[in-house]
Amino acid sequence: MSENLLEVMGLEKHFPITKGLFKRKVGDVRAVDGVDLQVRAGETLGLVGESGCGKSTTGRLFSRILEPTGGKIIFEGQDISHKSTAQMRPLRRDVQMIFQDPYSSLNPRHTVGSIIAAPLQIQNMPTPQGVKKAVQELLELVGLNPEHYNRYPHEFSGGQRQRIGIARALALRPKMIIADEPVSALDVSIQAQVVNLLDDLQSEFDLTFVFIAHDLSVVRHISDRVAVMYLGKVVEIAERNDLYKNPRHPYTVALMSAVPVPDPARRDRAQRERVLLTGDVPSPINPPSGCRFRTRCWKAQDICATEEPPLVTRMQDPASHLTACHFPVVNEDIVAGRRPAASPA
Amino acid sequence: MSIGAPTPRPFLEVKDLTVRFETDDGIVQAVTGSTFSLEKGKTLGIVGESGSGKSVTSLALLGLHRTRSNAKVAGEIWFDDDELVTATDEKVRLLRGGKMSMIFQDPLSAMHPYFTVGSQIVEAYRVHHPGVTKKVARERAIDMLARVGIPQPDRRFHDYAHQFSGGMRQRAMIAMALVNDPALLIADEPTTALDVTVQAQILDLIRDLQEEFGSAVIMITHDLGVVAELADDVLVMYGGKVVEKGSALDVFRTPQHPYTWGLLGSMPRLDRDVRERLIPVKGSPPSLINLPDGCAFNPRCPYAGRNGNRSFTDVPVLREAGVGTGAGHLVACHLPAEDRKTIFQQDVLPNL
Amino acid sequence: MLAYLIRRLINAVLTLIVVTFVTFCVFFLVPKATGSDPALLYVGKQADPAAIAGIREKFGFNDPVIVQYGKFLKGLVFGRDYVSGADITHCSAPCLGYSFKTSQEVWPLLIDALPVTVSLAIGAAVLWVLMGVSFGVISALRRGTIWDRSVMTVALAGVSLPIYFTGLLSLSIFVYWLGFPNPSFTPFFDNPWHWFTGLILPWITLAFLFAATYARLTRANMLETLGEDYIRTARAKGLRERAVIGKHGLRSGLTPLVTVFGLDLGALLGGAVLTEAVYNLRGLGYYALNGIRQSDLPVILGVTLFAATFIVIANLIVDLLYGVIDPRVRLG
Ligand SMILES: Nc1ncnc2c1ncn2[C@@H]1O[C@H](COP(=O)(O)OP(=O)(O)OP(=O)(O)O)[C@@H](O)[C@H]1O
Ligand SMILES: Nc1ncnc2c1ncn2[C@@H]1O[C@H](COP(=O)(O)OP(=O)(O)OP(=O)(O)O)[C@@H](O)[C@H]1O
Ligand code: SF4
Ligand code: SF4
Ligand SMILES: [Mg+2]
Ligand SMILES: [Mg+2]
Repeated sequence: MSENLLEVMGLEKHFPITKGLFKRKVGDVRAVDGVDLQVRAGETLGLVGESGCGKSTTGRLFSRILEPTGGKIIFEGQDISHKSTAQMRPLRRDVQMIFQDPYSSLNPRHTVGSIIAAPLQIQNMPTPQGVKKAVQELLELVGLNPEHYNRYPHEFSGGQRQRIGIARALALRPKMIIADEPVSALDVSIQAQVVNLLDDLQSEFDLTFVFIAHDLSVVRHISDRVAVMYLGKVVEIAERNDLYKNPRHPYTVALMSAVPVPDPARRDRAQRERVLLTGDVPSPINPPSGCRFRTRCWKAQDICATEEPPLVTRMQDPASHLTACHFPVVNEDIVAGRRPAASPA
Repeated sequence: MSIGAPTPRPFLEVKDLTVRFETDDGIVQAVTGSTFSLEKGKTLGIVGESGSGKSVTSLALLGLHRTRSNAKVAGEIWFDDDELVTATDEKVRLLRGGKMSMIFQDPLSAMHPYFTVGSQIVEAYRVHHPGVTKKVARERAIDMLARVGIPQPDRRFHDYAHQFSGGMRQRAMIAMALVNDPALLIADEPTTALDVTVQAQILDLIRDLQEEFGSAVIMITHDLGVVAELADDVLVMYGGKVVEKGSALDVFRTPQHPYTWGLLGSMPRLDRDVRERLIPVKGSPPSLINLPDGCAFNPRCPYAGRNGNRSFTDVPVLREAGVGTGAGHLVACHLPAEDRKTIFQQDVLPNL
Repeated sequence: MLAYLIRRLINAVLTLIVVTFVTFCVFFLVPKATGSDPALLYVGKQADPAAIAGIREKFGFNDPVIVQYGKFLKGLVFGRDYVSGADITHCSAPCLGYSFKTSQEVWPLLIDALPVTVSLAIGAAVLWVLMGVSFGVISALRRGTIWDRSVMTVALAGVSLPIYFTGLLSLSIFVYWLGFPNPSFTPFFDNPWHWFTGLILPWITLAFLFAATYARLTRANMLETLGEDYIRTARAKGLRERAVIGKHGLRSGLTPLVTVFGLDLGALLGGAVLTEAVYNLRGLGYYALNGIRQSDLPVILGVTLFAATFIVIANLIVDLLYGVIDPRVRLG
């Protein structure tokens, strides 16, 4: 009955750190450390969080480019957590990735045509009218000139290169696309072109998207649901509008209030309402006990250091809104986290 | 124009600044005829897409194109009543890092990997205070590190840049830039490489320090949000030229240039309802070696055809935007003021 | 740090064992395959069969290769006795055996040759580093000028001309034409001046080759470094151009040279074969060449061991030094 295209349970990826004479293992980078998520067929799930919180690693686990060190990945009802490369081959077709850097993710010595044709040939996709025709259709689909089939990546601008990456991902008609910061390297005006393109392709091909980004406004624009990650864990997940209207986790609140508003008239208000986090994200090698956010949280209390808050529905939130916090934010108490300088004397 | 008592020159006045690079592919017209000014205690925001000439402008102010043999700088830069384009190398060198200083985008690559953060700050201080002992300079550096919010500054003094987190590195960079109490601080995308939460901290810090020291700040960025947060005046650059200039309030409330409209229309905003679709600017930025004739924006401008052929033949000059705009709000566009007003009201505003 | 050092030392010893074992195998198995016999090499073709058998027994040529190698190792560490009936020859601790050709003990032979090679290598190294680096830096700073182009052209020639050519050329110009003394080796402590004059020509010849490479390398590194962001920062601080280049630029521009230099010097200490041959200097390279010509296995093994040791040590020093120069490299 599962409407979930992809589901992960207790997903973990620990990268070992080794040291010394015999490459003794001295610890783990706990990049992803117990993530439960469902991706519904046809939706766009946004994944946000600060640098290093494990977004890309999660994306790579979803597409099984990486093998999890713990937990389960279920794709269309099949457990694919530990499938071998050979077993994964037929599934590779269904899940594709788009990467952030349109410059380095394309081989500079191959023509655009051969870059896009490669997945078709590897997977032996039937191309009734020949590979070239298929590639040209893809180029047209992503808004590139099909005549440019024989050009090299460096002859294209950043936005166009990202389109090439998208065409390559679409070649196999996947069910799901995992886009890891697909627009972060692009200028605003170009970013909008690519976002719109992704939008169109989704409705045209019934795609399911996992959209990884650190830009909260872009994620809000494109996602149906949004998950916020912090230090390898999902700390809050909800329907898009719900999350942006009623953020519950103190980290989500801080993240949202930190986004600069392009409206100088609201400058003072924005600054007053800003929750200014102090310090840096702790190391994922040795994350804080209990709630991982507690070292920077303005609501932290004793229990936060000892008991890890489960990701559950809090207060009167709808069932789809889960928060991992002992003291979720009620609208009024955002006040408490405001920048100290602005607090009334 | 206006005749009367000579008005005192602004603290920083740039007139007709033009920077070209001779390369194997041709002449890069990185900045063309840029004119702006800035007073002490004020912040000027410069926005524009990648390659629009923002960094080249800032490097020109510091005279850093002098060490590049292929760069040609023309125009005037008046800084506290000194002209810098024609000044001697030695004179500009003494200003650099002293009375005017700069923060760069990527603090990791902008710091020397083999010298400690502390020693790099000490070095910056001692170039401009030759008589000062190492010990005094060291104390000054530690003070600055503390001032920009680095915990345990006396210990971190001995660390290398790679041992700092991204935010800490940028703080250290700021400490280095401010160690000589500059009157002008140029920040070239100081937060682009940072997370939003850290960005908020850094912007806050820059704002505080500016209040404290009363220096003039030039904030270069491609993020309109950052400009709106900090800037008193805004300069919008496209293809190496200033296409719109005005107070931040004016530029954000009644933007005049079709490119500025495009920028505002293409960014999703947290302070607005979710839109069905973004409105991108079509096409991509021009090559600065081969700029389009007339208005550089014409291949991407939806209104280019509105004035006969002028957009394709004449380069629009930057002038008062007219009708219903604030004083000193300038735009470089051939559209008549009336048209601009109606287009903005009818086509653009509803979509922002 | 200590663990790191120990690991590196173990690695080094393993490397030496592998290198000598491979050399051992090659020089034992190749004659076997071609049907020649080391014992014959040793006693000469006309010897009577009894003598040959005696030699076989004495040097253990009848044992399997692995056993012979084991004995070689044992000799190296503890010394060994060569026994043939009542005839016992003792060869004490670092024993590399006896030359097949001259019957001399190999270890003292090579130890005598060492000062020649070391003098040659170190003198040349000083020269080439000074020349290469300064020419490279100046070229980088004057990129694209006549100076830059001519230095790089000469450097290209230096890289591509064989030592036989430059060596013989300088020999004929300096010695036969200008009347310089013929290159020869005088130990430094006997007479420093003669040591110097006797070696100056080989130094120049050898240094020319390396200086050319170093100039090109330095130029490329400096150009890359001068384009770095932190150089721009150094200028933005108001530093004098001299400090920008001399302090910030050189520090990172020259770092990659440390590796190259360490390895070059290490390799050269194992014998500058061609230079020694051209100038008839009796260093390690000279013996290596002779050894190979005459299939004199113990000598070849000895030189190989020396050369490999130098390279391994140079490697270790370079890595340690790197950790000091570049704080981003953490050893451990
Ligand atoms: N192959 C690896 N080996 C060791 N550690 C790794 C590896 N890949 C990622 N990490 C670490 O795992 C953590 C999460 O990395 P990840 O790339 O998933 O973060 P991210 O959220 O995508 O960050 P960003 O926004 O910077 O892309 C980081 O601390 C990173 O250093
Ligand atoms: N030394 C140089 N030689 C040749 N061209 C140059 C040089 N420096 C800059 N340019 C060119 O000048 C143009 C403007 O560059 P600039 O660095 O000012 O852009 P920017 O607005 O700062 O963009 P970004 O947002 O990417 O930093 C670019 O096209 C760039 O390629
Ligand atoms: S659980 Fe405690 S520390 Fe964690 S976010 Fe909630 S209040 Fe803050
Ligand atoms: S001058 Fe013409 S092309 Fe340029 S912005 Fe104005 S209307 Fe558009
Ligand atoms: Mg990532
Ligand atoms: Mg720039």
